[in-house]
Amino acid sequence: MSVTTANDAPPPHPTTAVGRLLARAGRLPEMAIELVIRLCGYSAIFFVFAIFFFVFREGAPMLMGELGLGEFFTSTNWNPVSKPPHYGILALLSGTLSVTLLSMSIAVPLGLGAAIYVSEFSSPRIKETLKITIEMLAAIPSIVWGFIAYMTLNPLIIQLTDAPIGLNVLNAGIILALMSVPVIVSVGEDALKAVPDSYREAALALGASRWEIVYRVLFPAARNGLLAAVLLGVGRAIGETMAVLMASGHANQIPHSVLAPVQTLTATIAAELGETNQGGDHYRVLFVIGILLFVIAFAVNLTADLVVKGIRGKQNV
Amino acid sequence: MVSFRRVVAGWSIAVLPLVLGCTPRGGVDDSYDTVRVTGSDTMVNLAQAWAEEFAKDHPAISIPVKGGGSGVGIADLCAGKIQIATASRAMEPDEIELAQKNTGKVPQQLIVGRDALAIYVNLKNPMDSISIDQLAEIYGEGGTITRWEQLDVDNAACPSGQIVRISRQNSSGTYAYFKEAVLGDKRDYKQGYTAQSGSSDLVALISKTPCAIGYSGVGYRNETVKVLRVAKAKGEPAVEPTVTTTQDGSYPIARPLYLYTLGEPAGAVQEFIQWILADEGQRIVELQGYIPITAGTAEPATGK
Repeated sequence: MSVTTANDAPPPHPTTAVGRLLARAGRLPEMAIELVIRLCGYSAIFFVFAIFFFVFREGAPMLMGELGLGEFFTSTNWNPVSKPPHYGILALLSGTLSVTLLSMSIAVPLGLGAAIYVSEFSSPRIKETLKITIEMLAAIPSIVWGFIAYMTLNPLIIQLTDAPIGLNVLNAGIILALMSVPVIVSVGEDALKAVPDSYREAALALGASRWEIVYRVLFPAARNGLLAAVLLGVGRAIGETMAVLMASGHANQIPHSVLAPVQTLTATIAAELGETNQGGDHYRVLFVIGILLFVIAFAVNLTADLVVKGIRGKQNV
Repeated sequence: MVSFRRVVAGWSIAVLPLVLGCTPRGGVDDSYDTVRVTGSDTMVNLAQAWAEEFAKDHPAISIPVKGGGSGVGIADLCAGKIQIATASRAMEPDEIELAQKNTGKVPQQLIVGRDALAIYVNLKNPMDSISIDQLAEIYGEGGTITRWEQLDVDNAACPSGQIVRISRQNSSGTYAYFKEAVLGDKRDYKQGYTAQSGSSDLVALISKTPCAIGYSGVGYRNETVKVLRVAKAKGEPAVEPTVTTTQDGSYPIARPLYLYTLGEPAGAVQEFIQWILADEGQRIVELQGYIPITAGTAEPATGK
C-alpha cells in the first residue's frame, strides 16, 4: 500500500524548495478530506435555501398576483376545480392543527414516559429489547401506517365509538402519535442519559425518592433535550403526508369533534399536485401551501431554538 | 491484483450475453414501440386488460399503463409525456388549447365504451333505490338531506344516523361527471365530503362504513358492497345499472369513456387503437363490466 509507506517515511525537512513542496504534497490528501467534510457541513444550508428558492419560485406568481390572501386564510371553501375556483385553506389549516394537537397530546406523555422508563427504571436487558423494538417502530414506512389506519383502526373506531366514519381526526391522531413516539423516545432518552450520574447520586444522598429524582432533578437538567424531542415529534406530525391522507378521511371541513373527518395541508398537496397543469393557478396555489408549511416548520424550529437559548441564559445567570 | 483481474474477467463473461441479448430489440427506436397510456382511474383496469391481451399478439409493442385520474392523463398528454390519455370526461377547451400550444398537435377524441355510474352503499344498509334529486340534495351545495331517516331509511347499523358522503378527489373524471349529471352545471358539491383517490379505495371504504354512500363506475361492483337502483326522479321507476339499461338509455347516469391521442394516431398507437375498437378489444370492455360501443372513429376534440 503506497499511501502507508509514504506516511511511515520520515518527513522531509522543509529547508529546500523541493522539501517544502514535498511537505505540502504530503498534506494534500488531508486538505482534500477537510474540504469534502466542510462541503458536507455547508451542504445543509445550501439545500435548505435551494428548496425554499424552488418552492417559492413556483408559488410566487400566485402569491404576489391574483391570490387574495384574505380569502386564502379566512375561507373554508377549498374548491380549485370549480368555476371560478376557490382557494380557502382555513379548513385545511384547522385539519392540520387538530390532527397535530391530538397526536401530540397522545405522543408526548407516551414518548416521555417511555424515555424515562428506558433511561432510568428498566434493567439493562429490558432496556436493550425496548430500544431495538422502538427503533423498529420508527422504521415502519408511512404507507404501512396508512394501511393500518384504513383496514384496522377504521372499523375499530366505528365499532367502539359509533362514529359515522372511522377515518377522522382520532384515527389520524393515533397513527401520527404512534409515528412520532419513536422520535420522542430516542431523542428524550439521549437527553436523560446525558445528565451526569453525580446529579442522581447527589439527589439520592439527600434522600430523594426515584420519582423526585426524575421530576425535580432530571427534568430540569435535561429540559433542552426533552423540548427538542417534543418539537421533533411535532415536526414529524405536521409534515407527515401519506399516512394522514389515508387516515384522516380527507374531508374539507373544520372538525367539530375528534370523530369528524378532516383534510390536512400536506395531504392536499399529495392528492392534487399530480393532476394539475404545471404553471397553472391550482399548481401554484399548492406551492403557496408548500411555502406555508415551510414557514410553519421554520417557526417551530425557531421557537425551539429561542426557548432553548432562553433556558440556557437563565441557567447561566 | 491477479485475483482482481480474474473477478473482472469473470463478470465480463457473465454479463456479456445479457448485454448482447438486450441490444437487438431494446436499443433501437424504442420510442416508436412504447405506447404510454395514463389517465382515468375508472379505466385503469380496462386499459391494463387491453394492454395485456394486445401484448400476446404484438410482443414488439410495450404498453405501460398508469392511473391517477382523467386529469392526470390529460395533463400528461398536454405535456407530451404520453401517447394515449384515457379519460372518463371530455377534455376542456383550455386543455385542448394547452396541448396544442405545448406539442403543436390537435388532440383527437375517441369513444371506446360506456360506463354506468353506480351508487354504492354498505351491505348492512337496507336501502335499495334512490332518485337523482335525492342524490343532488345529499351531495349538492345547500342540500338539505344529511340523515338517513330523511330518505325513509332505517339504517340500524349507523347509530349516528348521519349520511357520510364519499366522493372521488377533484381531479377525477368521475367527480366531474357526477357533478354534471346529478348536480347540474350551476350547482357545486357541498364541502366536507370524504374524498378518495381511487374507485377501489372508495368501494373498500364503503364496505367498512355503514353510514356511507358513494359513487363510482359499475365495473368496481363486488360482493362487499350494495349497488342501488336509480330513478330519474322521485316516483319514476328505479333502474339497475346493466349493459341493457345503459345501452337503451334507461339508466340515468351513464357516460362515454374516451381515449385521447396527440394528432391522428399513427404507427403502434394506431395499431393499438384499431385493435381496441375491433371485436377483441370490445369483448374486453364488456368483460370488465363496461358497455361496448358498435363503431367509432377518431375525431378532433372539441371540448364537449
